[in-house]
Amino acid sequence: MASITLNNLVKKYGDGFPAVNDISIDIADGEFIILVGPSGCGKSTLLRMIVGLEDITDGDLLINGERVNDKAPRDRNLAMVFQNYALYPHLTVYENIAFPLRLAKGKHSEDQVNKLVTEAAATLELSDHLQRKPANLSGGQRQRVAMGRAIVRQADAFLFDEPLSNLDAKLRGQMRSEISQMQRRLGVTSVYVTHDQTEAMTLGDRVAVLKKGELQQIASPRELYEQPVNLFVAGFIGSPSMNFLPATLDGNTLRTALGDLEIPAAKAEKAAGKKVVLVGLRPEFFEDAQLVEDHKRSNGAVFTATLTHTEWLGNEQYGYIDFDPAPEVRGLLDNLAREMDADELRPQIVVTLDAASRIRGGREAELWLDTRKLHLFDAESGENLTRDAEAGAELTREANEERAEEIATAQQADGVRGTGTGGTGRDTEATPTGAGSSGATATGGKHSAG
Amino acid sequence: MTNSGTKNKVLWAIVTVLVLVYALFPVMSILATSFKAPSDLTSGTFLPSSGTATTSNYEQILVGDAQGLFLSALRNSIGISLIATFIAVVLATLCAYAIARLDFPGKGLVLTTALAVSIFPVISIVTPLFNLWRTIGLYDTWLGLIIPYLSLTLPISIWTLAAFFRQIPWELEQAAQVDGATTWQAFRKAIVPLAAPGVFTTAIIAFFIAWNDFVYGISLTSTETARPVPAALAFFTGASQFEAPTGAISAAAIIVTIPVVLLVLLFQRQIVSGLTSGAVKG
Repeated sequence: MASITLNNLVKKYGDGFPAVNDISIDIADGEFIILVGPSGCGKSTLLRMIVGLEDITDGDLLINGERVNDKAPRDRNLAMVFQNYALYPHLTVYENIAFPLRLAKGKHSEDQVNKLVTEAAATLELSDHLQRKPANLSGGQRQRVAMGRAIVRQADAFLFDEPLSNLDAKLRGQMRSEISQMQRRLGVTSVYVTHDQTEAMTLGDRVAVLKKGELQQIASPRELYEQPVNLFVAGFIGSPSMNFLPATLDGNTLRTALGDLEIPAAKAEKAAGKKVVLVGLRPEFFEDAQLVEDHKRSNGAVFTATLTHTEWLGNEQYGYIDFDPAPEVRGLLDNLAREMDADELRPQIVVTLDAASRIRGGREAELWLDTRKLHLFDAESGENLTRDAEAGAELTREANEERAEEIATAQQADGVRGTGTGGTGRDTEATPTGAGSSGATATGGKHSAG
Repeated sequence: MTNSGTKNKVLWAIVTVLVLVYALFPVMSILATSFKAPSDLTSGTFLPSSGTATTSNYEQILVGDAQGLFLSALRNSIGISLIATFIAVVLATLCAYAIARLDFPGKGLVLTTALAVSIFPVISIVTPLFNLWRTIGLYDTWLGLIIPYLSLTLPISIWTLAAFFRQIPWELEQAAQVDGATTWQAFRKAIVPLAAPGVFTTAIIAFFIAWNDFVYGISLTSTETARPVPAALAFFTGASQFEAPTGAISAAAIIVTIPVVLLVLLFQRQIVSGLTSGAVKG
């Protein structure tokens, strides 16, 4: 168990290009941190710097308060799960999992190795496959073997490098929840790199959004979603992603391609003085005006638009509205699209409608927009003008409390199961883990899982 | 479908037989010749004339007159080729590993130099080497042959092994390092076992190159202390000056072919897996 501190980490390659630029993150003990961003944003590089596979050009990396910049990977006591699993093809599943234990010569007797591997295998439901070679396993099983190699070592932290990207969609969902539950049960500090924002939102206690080597925002998924700091974060988090609508501000009225929208004075005030702003509208801020309940109607603005087409999904439906942006903001939108890995941002608004809505493509329809939730972004800097930092921090604080509670519950549940299965889990507690008293409770939870 | 399938098979069978005959005919011819009596050599038949088949050629080189010449040459060939192969494979393994894994200045230079050395005509180096070896006392010694053999075997070993190491995912080694291995342990426990088929293939190729060499063998040796088999064959003489040593040479040729055939048969699986392992995902 460990806390990891990144102090102004910089990674420059030979040509002086900063792949990672001045990133500082404090990762608390037991926290699950996600590094997310489009390809080439430096997230994998950052992870590899933490584990020691990439040199650190500048800045400090502390594990448990101790500077480890110059330590070799094997001295950092971290476990890593690689994207392509990196299983040793010539070894059986058993030997693959036992590999780290065998390397730590003399630390474990053959009996201990056997016990630890069997327990890890049982946790991961690999007991039937211990004598098979990795080549004969399915993708999900290989993934679990890679996890087994990590958990058997009692490492200080787990590092995941896009561990699910080689799996098909269904398995990915399943493994995602397994990783999440395991992390809670073991209470082990984890850093997880992904470009998949579903993984980022569902797994992370806090999510760090990176762009071109720079940290944009690190916060709980809810804060990122509701109080993004800038256009990039707002556009990257959420699916379908946030709509950006160029507008000019006139008092409390936004003049947009969709028509004039009346917004709350508090929001307009923050953007006062800006000529052109980008309005950030999540698809679910919209609704079919006919289906909005009366007491909610006054919270938003109603406008008419023609949907090009709709997609009915059962629980909801998506509607699409094309609009024609002014030439001066066109370039801005294209730029934004490029940053987010999309080829070209179609000047299109996606709206989520109730499944019962009878609005269909091609006809003019009345839509309602919840103007309380919209964000206004500076068209040049991309900064979020209407971000409520305090509300955001509150969301992250809440998430932290929930996490502590979840870990406690998961480990308590495990403890109950542990006593039920008898003494096996208890014996291993005597194995020296070098952790303090807080570690000891976590270790108890870890082993009783078998 | 089935019709064209059978037709295809028949076609392939014919082609295979043709190639086999083409490749094996000379070997069979030498084998037949090695059993011919000297008087039978010019008979013009493929097989020895009936009743005259003899093992006298083999007796001559193994226990007879030519024994000293052949057996010492065989010992030299085996010794020199094995040592040259061993050194080449060890050096090439380390070198290829560095080339595949590390980014160092001059990496391209190492590879190009290796390639240049291997395409350099042997015959153009022999004369200066001959003079140099005589001066520094390497002439007619095992070492005097091992060094030039390394120049033949190293380049191809480096190229083969570098290609092989490149196919092994780097993550394996990094995973091993994260798991607590030193660089050397990661190399030995994660990379070497995977590279073994490649190393085997390379070793066999290197051995053949050294084993088959003639130019260095005949130019840099003068006595039985270092002369390898291909060179020794040239010194065979008939029983009298009017008799061609064709029979003895054929017998010796068959004998030196045997270890090569044995090696290939024994390590057939390793060679095949070495040549194809790149096709499967590590």
